[in-house]
Amino acid sequence: MSKISRSRNPGKTSFRLALVVIAMFGFGFLMVPIYNVFCDITGLNGNNKNTNTVASNVDYKVDENRTIKVQFMSSLNSGTRMDFKPEVFEMEVHPGRVYTTNFYARNPHKLPMIGQAVPSVQPAQASLHFHKTECFCFTQQKFAAREGRDMPVSFVVDPDIPEDIETITLSYTFFDITHTAKNSEQNKLPDGG
Amino acid sequence: MSAVMADEHHEEHPKGITRWLFTTNHKDIGTLYLFLALIMFFIGGFMALIIRAELFQPGLQVVEPQFFNSMTTMHALIMIFGVVMPAFTGLANWLIPMMVGATDMALPRMNNWSFWILPFAFTMLISTLLMDGGGPAGGWTLYPPLSLQTGTALPFVIFSIHLMGLSSIMGSINVIATILNMRAPGMTLMKMPLFVWTWLITAYLLIATMPVLAGAVTMLLTDKFFGTSFFNAAGGGDPVLFQHIFWFFGHPEVYVLILPAFGVISQIIPTFARKPLFGYSSMVYATASIAFLSFIVWAHHMFTVGMPLAGEMFFMFTTMLIAVPTGVKVFNWVATMWRGSMTFETPMLFAIGFIMMFTIGGFSGLMMAITPVDFQYHDTYFIVAHFHYVLVPGAIFSIIAAVYYWLPKWTGHMYNEKLGKLHFWLSTIFVNLTFFPMHFIGLAGMPRRIPDYSLQFVEFNQIATIGAFGFGFAQLLFLYIVLQTVRGGQKATDQVWEGAHGLEWTLASPPPYHSFTTPPEVK
Repeated sequence: MSKISRSRNPGKTSFRLALVVIAMFGFGFLMVPIYNVFCDITGLNGNNKNTNTVASNVDYKVDENRTIKVQFMSSLNSGTRMDFKPEVFEMEVHPGRVYTTNFYARNPHKLPMIGQAVPSVQPAQASLHFHKTECFCFTQQKFAAREGRDMPVSFVVDPDIPEDIETITLSYTFFDITHTAKNSEQNKLPDGG
Repeated sequence: MSAVMADEHHEEHPKGITRWLFTTNHKDIGTLYLFLALIMFFIGGFMALIIRAELFQPGLQVVEPQFFNSMTTMHALIMIFGVVMPAFTGLANWLIPMMVGATDMALPRMNNWSFWILPFAFTMLISTLLMDGGGPAGGWTLYPPLSLQTGTALPFVIFSIHLMGLSSIMGSINVIATILNMRAPGMTLMKMPLFVWTWLITAYLLIATMPVLAGAVTMLLTDKFFGTSFFNAAGGGDPVLFQHIFWFFGHPEVYVLILPAFGVISQIIPTFARKPLFGYSSMVYATASIAFLSFIVWAHHMFTVGMPLAGEMFFMFTTMLIAVPTGVKVFNWVATMWRGSMTFETPMLFAIGFIMMFTIGGFSGLMMAITPVDFQYHDTYFIVAHFHYVLVPGAIFSIIAAVYYWLPKWTGHMYNEKLGKLHFWLSTIFVNLTFFPMHFIGLAGMPRRIPDYSLQFVEFNQIATIGAFGFGFAQLLFLYIVLQTVRGGQKATDQVWEGAHGLEWTLASPPPYHSFTTPPEVK
């Protein structure tokens, strides 16, 4: 009995286990940045650093021999009421060349609204090779009452894109963030749409 | 002389309500956990019957769709956190100190706390049904953005989940501290009864995953009330991220719900086969492998969210790998029974029923592991059939088996064997009547969590509803048997069962208030 109580200590065991508990609580939150890095590397979900930021170096050699079909989709988040659609639904593009197309959005409300478009590129592998030089999704979009306008997106498909990808879908979901954006001061005005 | 007097003093315990409120005794706390689980079992079961009543006919008859949705959500939360987990913790409290030859749990005061948090947690959870906007109705998995549309109830649900998590983390720390520090001399790890082993591993799973769930629901809370955007796509978050965090908790959680059941079955089968457990050490290693694998398979719950092919393949193969250690266990149980001199008392009936029906659920799980076919099964009644087969005739049957097996030890009285057998047969017939047809309607495409359905599913749904009501009422018989045994009955011997081995059977029935005041010598 005495031998056991000397070599064993429940308090120490519980203290160590409590540390594990705290570490695992932290790990739950650590999964957020891990997930984002993982998505950036793999292109998972078609929504990553590449689809969300301005591409800096798009000086590619244009590959005239290859044609890729780019499809455009628009959708609204539940509870968001506005008109939102692409100018064209489909484009044939050559890798390496920069193209521009417009999405039209209109605020049907009597009050101003702020919207945010969230992009997604499918297939996921394509999202790593689909670069944007300009996009209305990079900033929050302010609309006056009943205002409608065209919003451009300029993109280029990297010629290194895997051979088996023939169609890329670029989808935008518009979120009405008027209520959440009011409190933040970072709302940038759309620069000329 | 003085030792005898001290023993007598130890046998005294406070009477009345304060005995239960302030108790630090592992047996009292075990009893409290088991009764809480029993009460919650009837509350959660009543919710299941509301669901089945609504699904007796297509169209809407009994409840509003919103209320139907909160019934499915609450039924799951209560059955998982309020029935299976507290019941296993109750069994752990009662049995682990007796099985390892200790006087009590290692941390008795914390033990009192970890129980008494629970009634508050569940009162709060159930009270959400009366709030503006009703209870949580987005499914027990609480996926955003749907779960964030919950009304006033959301913070209460999240806080009650925090409390349940806190309770089971404290319970688990206690279990590990007891097993690692309080074993009798000679009780090496590889001599521990399998129930103790499975609980040791379960406790580690809980400690590793419950904090992750707490983090996930905290993120929901801050997304809803403090303007963060963990899961809000408009703010740069991703709702799919929640599913990853949730199932990183959720998959080990399903093994939390079944590993102690494996332990119970591994105690009961050798007793009534009158042979030692076949392949003891392989059972231990199989349990540990299942626990390890449970951490790397989580995304098989979300094959349809859009994962790269490599990811789907990885999660498919690791999931199928779990069938290997689980198969080892099933074969070991069967091999234990092989050429044993078997008798079929109620605990053994429930244990054999467990092996048969848990394996059915295991096989349908294997079917779902196959990614391409899972796209068909996803969110259908086939999934409902699968997890109810592993949880009702799986986890719940093992808990019932454990109660019949150890109740004579706990109370000192034998239960009514005739009624026990009747309870087994009614439960087995009705549980299959309830859940087997769900395989068919699931394969035919009936979605889960919807209060209405197409006409071609009527017959199977009606069979399932009849089965559910039968199963529910059969459990009233269980309640009666348990209460009858607690109040009195034929005196049980110390060993209770002819083939029972282990330290708990060396104690008197009922055992003394403090199990082993002098540690037994284990050879």
